[in-house]
Amino acid sequence: MRSASSRPALLLLLMALLGWACTSAAGREGSDAVRIVVRGSDTMVTLAQRWAEVYGDAHGIVVEVSGGGSGTGIAALANGTADVATASRRMTEEERAHIERDRGPLEERVVAIDAVVIYVNEDNPLGAVSLAEVAAIYRGRTTRWGELGGDDEPIAAYSRENSSGTYAFFKEHVLGWHDLAPHVQCLPGTAAVVRAVASDRHAMGYGGLATASGVRILPLRLADDTLSQPTREAVRAGAYPLARPLYVYVLAAAPDAVRWFVDWTTSSDAQGLTERAGFFPTGDA
Amino acid sequence: MQGRGRARRARGLEWLAERMIAAVAASVVVALVLVLAFVAREALPVLADAGGIARLRELFAPSGEDGSFAWQPVGHPPKLDVVPLFVGSLKITAIALAVAVPVALAAALFVSEVAGPRTRRVLKPAVELLAGVPSVVLGLLALTLVAPAIQRALHLTYPANALVAGLALSLAVAPIVFSVAEDALAAVPRALREASHALGACRWQTALLVVVPAAAPGVTAAIVLGFGRAIGETMIVLMTSGNAAVVDASPTSGARTITATIAAELGETERSGEHWHVLFLLGLLLVTFTLLTDWAGRIVARWLARRRGEARGGTP
Repeated sequence: MRSASSRPALLLLLMALLGWACTSAAGREGSDAVRIVVRGSDTMVTLAQRWAEVYGDAHGIVVEVSGGGSGTGIAALANGTADVATASRRMTEEERAHIERDRGPLEERVVAIDAVVIYVNEDNPLGAVSLAEVAAIYRGRTTRWGELGGDDEPIAAYSRENSSGTYAFFKEHVLGWHDLAPHVQCLPGTAAVVRAVASDRHAMGYGGLATASGVRILPLRLADDTLSQPTREAVRAGAYPLARPLYVYVLAAAPDAVRWFVDWTTSSDAQGLTERAGFFPTGDA
Repeated sequence: MQGRGRARRARGLEWLAERMIAAVAASVVVALVLVLAFVAREALPVLADAGGIARLRELFAPSGEDGSFAWQPVGHPPKLDVVPLFVGSLKITAIALAVAVPVALAAALFVSEVAGPRTRRVLKPAVELLAGVPSVVLGLLALTLVAPAIQRALHLTYPANALVAGLALSLAVAPIVFSVAEDALAAVPRALREASHALGACRWQTALLVVVPAAAPGVTAAIVLGFGRAIGETMIVLMTSGNAAVVDASPTSGARTITATIAAELGETERSGEHWHVLFLLGLLLVTFTLLTDWAGRIVARWLARRRGEARGGTP
């Protein structure tokens, strides 16, 4: 009888101890460590993580970074689940109006310049491609490499998911807002696209310059038959057609700690990290 | 005097225990109803806003540039044809069931009718353990091992497709079908088997002609459960289907399921935009379809049980 009645009491005591341990841990984290939540672009996620490490170590705060796509970051800012949104495309008027209506004025900063490039497999013999040809491939008009002068094999075209800023940029600037062909496969994240292209001779993909490892970057053939490579000079001269600014969005009413972090991202220290991550610094805009 | 007090306390405790258990059971039903209500509430603005039923019909009509179905929620204008997503979900589910059900039923039959007790003790837990493998791991295995092999063997353009997704999914579905079917087969009374043997039937004849029909309601329930699991799976299909919103009967083309679409897109969608509401509508349609299939399965199972009862002169 005694052992049976003391068991529930022991259980209650254990649960109370557990609850106290959890709450005290959360309280400690909340009072001592400032936390900045950064969400958004997969293109920028590695860069944002590097910024987070350096800034976090220097200032003793926790900067949490996650991807999910530019659209996810903007939605998180709108929903209040993120302090800073990173985006590889500009926020649309509707998104801006929606956020400013619910959460107050917004600040937009250009923090880097990126070049969207077309990847093919390293064994692909194609020399260059024009934007019209890329559009024809992704709209499903051109389906075989033979039509571009290669061997007669089907083109395995890969895209990013539609939550991606890179997808939106590609759809606007390469496809002119036409539909992607239904058979184009959508992969979650640039790394997945690069992996797919690197492992398949007949694959093509698109994404940021920074993540292009293990694949060949195709120069773009311009209207006057010259070739444009995604180099710093070309981007600076405006000669590479798919250069794009990378953005960071923050609420004007955000706490100081958050705004200091955002200001820091355009400082020379941060821009050094930006260059090392494979992007071009904002001075090149 | 002391005895009566103790008895009263015991009755009181029992009353309390019963009420608490009833409350917990009710809370499960309440949770289900609330889930449905929330999903429906977020989905209904698709109908309530300008258009109503016409808007619903639009969602099922092709709006692609060449007359085909297009799921392009990011675009000017956004295109939200839901038909490719239904086709994708059903196609992958069909492939998964086509592989998992025969294998699982054969395994269940083997374990309940043929295997000795030692084999049964090893095999049954082993198959049920497969159900514990996280779906993301199954997706990973399929993507790195199965997909390239199939692509090479069938000379496919893409490694990810409905076939790979269906095969990976069958690994998740088979243990569930196996468990429920095996329980149903094992629950068939020994008397039936013994009577069959007494009439001269061998083990296989007994198994296929007596035990399986007797367990038909349970086996049907197993298949229905497998269907529910298959159509609701998200991670495996997100990783292995290629996420291409194609309307195609071919198993080697890509597919885009309702579940993967919701998972990939809900995070980016502006709350209360049309895209948001359509995603919830998809969720509602998925839940409704699954519940209807479950209900239909139950009706079939009951009809089979009744038919068996009638055939044997009404003994349950």
